[in-house]
Amino acid sequence: MSRPRSQAEYLARLVPPSVAGLNRRSLLAGAAGAGALLGTGLLAGCGSDSDSGAGSKVVSLGSNQSDPKPKDVIAKVMDGFKTSSGVTVTINTVDHNTFQENINNYLQGKPDDVFTWFAGYRMRFFAAKGLAGDLSDVWGKLSGYSDAFKKASTGDDGKQYFVPASYYPWAVFYRKSVWQQHGYQVPKTLDDLNTLGAQMKKDGLVPIAFADKDGWPAMGTFDILNLRINGYQFHIDLMAGKEAWTSDKVKKVFDAWAGLLPIHQPDALGRTWQEAAQSLQQKKSGMYLLGLFVAQQFNNDEQDDLDFFTFPEIDSTIGAKALDAPIDGYMMARKPKSETNAKKLLEYLGSKDAADITVKNDPSTLVANTGADTGGYTALQKKAAELVGSATEIAQFLDRDTRPDFASTVIIPALQQFIKNPKDVSGLLTSIENQKKSIFTS
Amino acid sequence: MSDLPLVQADRAVPPAAPTTVTGGRGRRLRLLSRTDRVVITLMVLVPLLLVVALVWLPAVATVLLSGTNWDGIGPLGEIDWVGWKNYDDVVNIYPPFVPAVQNNLLWLAALFVVATPFGMFLAVLLDKELRGSRFYQTALYLPVVLSLALIGFVWQLIYSRDQGLLNAVLGSQTDWYGDPHVNIWAVLVAAGWRHVGYIMLLYLAGLKGVDPSLREAAAVDGSSEASTFFRVVFPVMRPINIIVLVVTVIESLRAFDLVWVVNKGRNGLELLSALVTQNVVGEASRIGFGSALATIMLVVSLVFITVYLATVMREEKR
Repeated sequence: MSRPRSQAEYLARLVPPSVAGLNRRSLLAGAAGAGALLGTGLLAGCGSDSDSGAGSKVVSLGSNQSDPKPKDVIAKVMDGFKTSSGVTVTINTVDHNTFQENINNYLQGKPDDVFTWFAGYRMRFFAAKGLAGDLSDVWGKLSGYSDAFKKASTGDDGKQYFVPASYYPWAVFYRKSVWQQHGYQVPKTLDDLNTLGAQMKKDGLVPIAFADKDGWPAMGTFDILNLRINGYQFHIDLMAGKEAWTSDKVKKVFDAWAGLLPIHQPDALGRTWQEAAQSLQQKKSGMYLLGLFVAQQFNNDEQDDLDFFTFPEIDSTIGAKALDAPIDGYMMARKPKSETNAKKLLEYLGSKDAADITVKNDPSTLVANTGADTGGYTALQKKAAELVGSATEIAQFLDRDTRPDFASTVIIPALQQFIKNPKDVSGLLTSIENQKKSIFTS
Repeated sequence: MSDLPLVQADRAVPPAAPTTVTGGRGRRLRLLSRTDRVVITLMVLVPLLLVVALVWLPAVATVLLSGTNWDGIGPLGEIDWVGWKNYDDVVNIYPPFVPAVQNNLLWLAALFVVATPFGMFLAVLLDKELRGSRFYQTALYLPVVLSLALIGFVWQLIYSRDQGLLNAVLGSQTDWYGDPHVNIWAVLVAAGWRHVGYIMLLYLAGLKGVDPSLREAAAVDGSSEASTFFRVVFPVMRPINIIVLVVTVIESLRAFDLVWVVNKGRNGLELLSALVTQNVVGEASRIGFGSALATIMLVVSLVFITVYLATVMREEKR
């Protein structure tokens, strides 16, 4: 469910699993246990026969960075680690989507010593299940991370299980040239936003571009509204299943959303985020709430014209300092073959050196380590880094902040239902709550 | 069939041969040489094992898992038994379930009433040896050959609301894929597009096999084209007709790929198969719940298979 980061990845995920080599029967068989063996056999791959013991000079990395560019960056970072420590890293790259879909089997089989993953509920879940290694002592040696990043790397037991590497914020994007032409001002409150939307409509623009064909983009809208109206803690508790979806607080979020729908692009359920982003690029829409990856849909000479602001404040007691900024990074397997080497690698991955290599080789990422040399950042990247740096709390996006089964089988259809029919909110919330109870108690 | 002797005359060991008389054995067994017996055993055992391992075990496992809440994590021993809870949830609190059943039935009806007859009609036309019939044949069969990912793109280009061909040509603003009242029909057109080519090819192959003298005789008797087809050719084609019928039912029950490519079977495009995949495959891993859906699908399929087998067997007995 992660955001496709490139056109190639987007295309790759359109191929249904039946074609990509998995079929339903083999998966059902997998449910019986056979698939578990198969899956892990495929994924464990290399590294399973490396020798154990502290003297070994090898450590394995399971990577989901299957696109050429990020894959190349990972290889360069690992070269850097070899130079600094003398330990060789065997990189085991698996297609991004396949990696994510097989993570359960992968972690229960023979995972690589270190593997790529995301911060959020799922990371904490694996930590609680004992499927990930404790990295508190590695964190003791790391520097350059804000408290928000440390909080995002911490499991339910207060120990750290995750080393952040890169991230991207969600914000409201717009084209400077369009705004200058019409003399628009960045809205500071919800009323400002509504006034601005009405003005844009008068000027013949679609105020807020919107797309939810793939099901996940609308989660970003829900997240930010909930963060602005009810605050970070309530949002996280709601995601963890501790708060009721039928409460007035959640209803308020949907009511506010329903109030904003008239200034959103209509017929969102048939549109991909790429198409919505293109309507912003073609100056047909005035703004678009999306992740930084929206920039992919803009030509190189238009990058400087792209700007953003964080979603305006709704409740002054809560402010506008929290936001969605999904963090990608690394975790350690529960029983790495060489714990010393694995921790050495993770320490390196969290260091300024590794971040510097990443910035130098891939100008499209924001690195998590604030000590990194960010001289190569574009103006947009610098601003995005500042925005996240000043955030009081960072949420990881709905499908990373809650159970994946709840996000994909309950929330996606529910949000789409809401967009179709924004009137019956209480019926919808009752349905979500019933399903939530069933899923979270199982 | 079962009355036929299992032994070929030239390979049978003569019963009178003194070497094979070992006493106590049945006469029938002695008819088979040792190699025959090994071959027969292997021919029965290997397919049996394959069927058991690849069909029956997964099917039984699915039914069993549908009574649990397994999430794919932890050993099989830790699975909790939850009884009928998954089924209760499917029917009572899972909103996509009812639309999925409706859509599956709609799919069956659309293929059966529109796409299959149309494919048969095209086959009859192509059988007339029109000029360029090879070209038409290829053009109509092409959708069946194309990969799914490609088909998804082709139709995305046509149906896209903002950039699609259809809205550009019609000058309309219809949200073909997003409007839940429209998208199932849009996808059915795409599904029919593939299905027509498939049926056409199957039926054409059957038509080529019909003895031309039958038609000639009908023509001599003064039968019109239409009545020749319905009264002579169609009844002769009975085996092909049954295959076409079965293919239609199977295609509509396992319909999955197109809706998955469009929007993963959500928002008006729910199908049982897509719901099973959403729940079982991937990170979601609601294996117990997904298995309950799969079991429901199995039962629905069994109904059709039973009806079909019963009909075929009754016909054969006649």
